[in-house]
Amino acid sequence: MMQPAKRFSKWKHEWKMMKRQRSLLVMSAPAILFKLIFSYLPLIGLVIAFKSYRYDLGIFGSDWNGFNNFTFFFTSQTAWIITRNTVLYNGAFILLTTVCALLLAILLREIMGRRIQMYQTVLFLPHLLSWVVVGYIALAIFEPGKGLLHQLALSMGEQPVAWYQEPKWWPLILPLFHIWKSVGLSALIYFTGILGIHPSYYEAAQIDGASKWQLATKITIPMLMPLVVILFLVAVGGIFRADFGLFYFIPNDSSFLYSTTDVIDTYVYRSLKNISDIGMTAAVGLYQSVVGFVLVISANALVRRINRDNSMW
Amino acid sequence: MERKWSWSRGVIHGIFLVLSIAIIAPMWLVVSASFTAEEELILSGYSFFPQEFSMQGYEVILQYPVDLIRAYGVTILVTIAGTLASILLTAMTGYVLARKDFRYRRMLTFYVFFTMIFSSGLVPFYMLVTKYLHIKDTVWALIIPYLLNPFYVLIMKGFMDKLPHEMIESGKMDGAGEWRMFFQLILPLSAPALATVSLFISFAYWNDWWLGLLFIDNEQWVPLQLLLYRTMSSIEFIANNAQYVDGLVDLSKFPSMSARMALAIVGAGPMMFIFPLFRRFFVAGLTIGSLKE
Repeated sequence: MMQPAKRFSKWKHEWKMMKRQRSLLVMSAPAILFKLIFSYLPLIGLVIAFKSYRYDLGIFGSDWNGFNNFTFFFTSQTAWIITRNTVLYNGAFILLTTVCALLLAILLREIMGRRIQMYQTVLFLPHLLSWVVVGYIALAIFEPGKGLLHQLALSMGEQPVAWYQEPKWWPLILPLFHIWKSVGLSALIYFTGILGIHPSYYEAAQIDGASKWQLATKITIPMLMPLVVILFLVAVGGIFRADFGLFYFIPNDSSFLYSTTDVIDTYVYRSLKNISDIGMTAAVGLYQSVVGFVLVISANALVRRINRDNSMW
Repeated sequence: MERKWSWSRGVIHGIFLVLSIAIIAPMWLVVSASFTAEEELILSGYSFFPQEFSMQGYEVILQYPVDLIRAYGVTILVTIAGTLASILLTAMTGYVLARKDFRYRRMLTFYVFFTMIFSSGLVPFYMLVTKYLHIKDTVWALIIPYLLNPFYVLIMKGFMDKLPHEMIESGKMDGAGEWRMFFQLILPLSAPALATVSLFISFAYWNDWWLGLLFIDNEQWVPLQLLLYRTMSSIEFIANNAQYVDGLVDLSKFPSMSARMALAIVGAGPMMFIFPLFRRFFVAGLTIGSLKE
């Protein structure tokens, strides 16, 4: 048990320290305030997930209903569909992007020279377009009657596909759009990593008669591993969080396609905008956050066990 | 490295050429559609090369440019104001977190970065902005939510961590206050990081449709990306429900198909020439951000 006087002097000491660094405290105040309002206060709002929310009663006036919102959501067909879509698409995206980007980065190193400036710029271009604008591109390709693929089918004497009503094609289309938009930047990041590898490694290996394949697999890839692992981890941690723009604008929010295009984020947004069931929508959001949190923590723990230097914290 | 022409290098160049075409072709399709005459679009759809070059689409949107100009205005305002406020806040936060002698450094680091791995989700955030802050349908809803991104703080902190600590010590010896040191010593030395992060922030504001989609319903504050989306969906609506809206809506007031594509070009085009100049920064920033400490 601490003496009252001692406890008092401890606070006095703390207060003195705070005064000494008051400028730094003031400098951090805006960030503290901002995070408090936009990140920590909304956590209180999560109680909506355990209530049957009514607009007239507000967040704190509405009645508690325990885990009903969760039960209602998890017993619906939608819960399985949007979870499956989110995880499978993101999983495919992570694997595809990592493999393709690494491959492109290694190929870029092989042809060092003036020309690669041009390739780099082109690879980077799609990153600059917003998903809304990419939605226009998708429309020009898939629009019924006028789209590029419709015209192509007609000219080949085939029956045109109603792309916005045919769910079965979208598990192919969405990864293509994702790769198209993101592979360039990832490749450039890995390429920058490759440029950071000291040339002496390669020179020494070449003197020993190493082949290009050996240079890539024995030097480049191992040296890039820390970067690959970190980007991979960040991506795996976010596997429960879908790229809203891709899944909303590219299929044009067509309700015919939901079985293969609806993900947690688009579902939550639509439920919120349609003011259907706020309590359940909040419950879905909480489900997403909690699982995502557990994933990041375990992914990081896993990497810490393998190699402490590669972990995020 | 050897510069001789060889089969393997030739093949790799071939791969990149094909890839470049595959990347550019979809964009080119929209450019081509914007220069196609309306009749041709109705008759034979979109193609990579219009049979006849036409500026019709651009003429249509330039006849009633009010919405477009206003949307550009909103986006420019949001980008400039947002970037200035956000970079100052990000730099201040990054600096405090980089100061190893700051007593509450560990606490604050946790406080800021915890939000990266756990968030409340969309519903409480939406409620906060609309029901408690009451900034729905105002320009603030487009600026404030993005003011402090922990990821950018991480980049900034990463850079400032490498500044020599003795410099701050000697600044203190000379009796410079913390604020003076921050503005006259730290910020000028951090110019590369400031440039990179400013670029990230302005890019995020410029291309943002999310906040507009969530919070903007009135005409006055529609940013560029939201205008593009609204145009697309309103045309979709008209096209799919022509039998119902006929007579109720003046169809001639809605931009034609080529005008729609022209709008996409005018809206997204200019930045496609500006941002590539800063490619290096984009890449460098992402690499710094992914490194620990």
